[in-house]
Amino acid sequence: MIVANRKPLEEIQDMIKDCGNVLLVGCKGCVTVCNVGGKKEVEILAATLKIARKKEGKALNIDEVTIERQCDPEYIELVKETVGNYDAVISMACGVGPQFLSEAYPEQKFYPGLDTEFFGGAVQHGVWEERCAGCGTCVIHKYDGLCPIARCSKSIMHGPCGGSAQGMCEISSEVICIWDQIVKKKMEQGKLEDLLITNNAKDWRSARDGGPRRAIREELLNE
Amino acid sequence: MSDLKSGSNLEKVLKAGHFAFTGECGPPMGCNVEHLKEKMQFLKGNVDAVNVTDNQTAVARMASIAASAIMIQEGLEPNFQMVCRDSNRLGMTSNILGAYALGVRNMLCLSGDHQKFGNHPQAKNVYDIDSMQLIALVKKMRDEGKFMNDEDIDENPKMFIGAACNPFADPYEFRVHRLANKVNSGADFIQTQCIYNMDKFRDFMKKAVDMGLTEKCYILAGVTPMKSAPMANYMAKRVPGIEVPEDLIKRLKGVEKKDQAEEGIKFALEQVEEFKEMEGIAGVHMMAIEWEHRMPEISERAGVLPRPVV
Amino acid sequence: MRLSYPPSIKVIQVPCTGRVDILHLLNAIEKGADGVYVAGCMEGECHFITGNIKTKRKVKYVKKTLEDIGVESERVEMFNLSSAQGGRFAEIANEMYEKIKELGPSPLNVNNAA
Repeated sequence: MIVANRKPLEEIQDMIKDCGNVLLVGCKGCVTVCNVGGKKEVEILAATLKIARKKEGKALNIDEVTIERQCDPEYIELVKETVGNYDAVISMACGVGPQFLSEAYPEQKFYPGLDTEFFGGAVQHGVWEERCAGCGTCVIHKYDGLCPIARCSKSIMHGPCGGSAQGMCEISSEVICIWDQIVKKKMEQGKLEDLLITNNAKDWRSARDGGPRRAIREELLNE
Repeated sequence: MSDLKSGSNLEKVLKAGHFAFTGECGPPMGCNVEHLKEKMQFLKGNVDAVNVTDNQTAVARMASIAASAIMIQEGLEPNFQMVCRDSNRLGMTSNILGAYALGVRNMLCLSGDHQKFGNHPQAKNVYDIDSMQLIALVKKMRDEGKFMNDEDIDENPKMFIGAACNPFADPYEFRVHRLANKVNSGADFIQTQCIYNMDKFRDFMKKAVDMGLTEKCYILAGVTPMKSAPMANYMAKRVPGIEVPEDLIKRLKGVEKKDQAEEGIKFALEQVEEFKEMEGIAGVHMMAIEWEHRMPEISERAGVLPRPVV
Repeated sequence: MRLSYPPSIKVIQVPCTGRVDILHLLNAIEKGADGVYVAGCMEGECHFITGNIKTKRKVKYVKKTLEDIGVESERVEMFNLSSAQGGRFAEIANEMYEKIKELGPSPLNVNNAA
């Protein structure tokens, strides 16, 4: 899923400081699963912003709506009637949400309530970790299910570098060295020779480096 | 000598079978060329080539290529370092060509420390290619006369290709294989990370010799004299991939503070003596960090003077 | 026991402190409570194993949230005591009451008095 964090309250408060009537739009997709932009989190943010505003003795009306997904126009369509009634709209979706909303309703001002972080999963309740860098050409199978592009701090294809110590990365004692794990797995399997080749440099055109990307499924097109 | 790859002094020294001795010089954090030249003069005549670091520890400094060119003007031979952190294959390729055009003949291909350690931790890191692929790129440019994209180069940059090796990073069992990978990718010489744990290094070298790696490339053992016991402590605890045995820290602590630098040099000189005899070791890379002015003395006491003229 | 505690404290019963949510605490403050505290079982003695531990984290979250928006975080607290400690219950109630009295009315009430 796409993992995000809620923006600092100070930043959100600043976004709406001149607004008296605000809509919070949650998303039932990834950000609900990572407990940051679903119905519940929308309610919490609404209550928090109201407390903050009340403290100043000023009025703030906040309405809340959480839609199925903010990355599909058909759901964005659902707020069509109401979205124009507010001074500002805060999207609690990943970075796609406020953009799709802005594109659909150019008259309205939309703000991101979240900082979108990475593609990852929950390793335990309350902890998410990055697993994919979206490079566009997956090579995970070559590394026994461990991605060096997303999980090595230097994205190197021939690791581990000289900074690997006791299974951890040089950048932090809390970041594992994925290359340490790749090597150990290959050794256990007796397939060390897999790592003794020099791979060609990666073609980054399939990644963001090649410019904004687009996926087309011909069989699904209407026309 | 027609079969030389680059014709660099370092290559000739190694090929002639001399025990090589290389030094290191970090470019300034500014444009103080005079100071840089002063530092270089301490190294002149005392080493075969000098590594010119490339934004070492991810701290922004004068470009390695510029400092290398200045070094050539000063009559020393640079070993131009290049890290994969700061530029992509386009930038690297042009700098390889540019460095060669300026007279650079040795190059050290490195991954580079993560920018988190440096003075611009906010930077975007590049790592378009890694050190293994950089080695292969320089080799391809030199031997095949081709760019990475297979287009022809009109005149090949004939570099003597170096790579780093850290026998003390983990997992230890894999380290010699990674060295083999670098050698197979095209490294002509290797400079190791600073060695303090001699037991482990002896074992590592035995493995490298057994695998026949020392037949295919020259290995220069990395030595950094400890300036003090606190420095030893710092390196032991804070610098990833460096192993400082407790014995050495004790030894430094065992003498008075003012004598600790001398004790550090003594240990380094003992290491050099052992490396001269060690199977598979072709020389020493003396990294006297910000201690260039001590290099004449260190070279003298290491018994490596005068440097061979080849 | 005839123990007494301040009459301005309103007790809301829940099956387990684990049932107490971040929103309950925030809503209480938003609706004008000067303070709100959770009285949970002793740690390690939750009938639902970790209900009180989970709520301890939620209380911490709410305290942090209040801090971030400039409301005294001491207005929200959590205490642990067993159901047999009636005396302790009254003591905590008085303690919290005194603390809130010291802090004065919630800034939400002060600024919205009119």
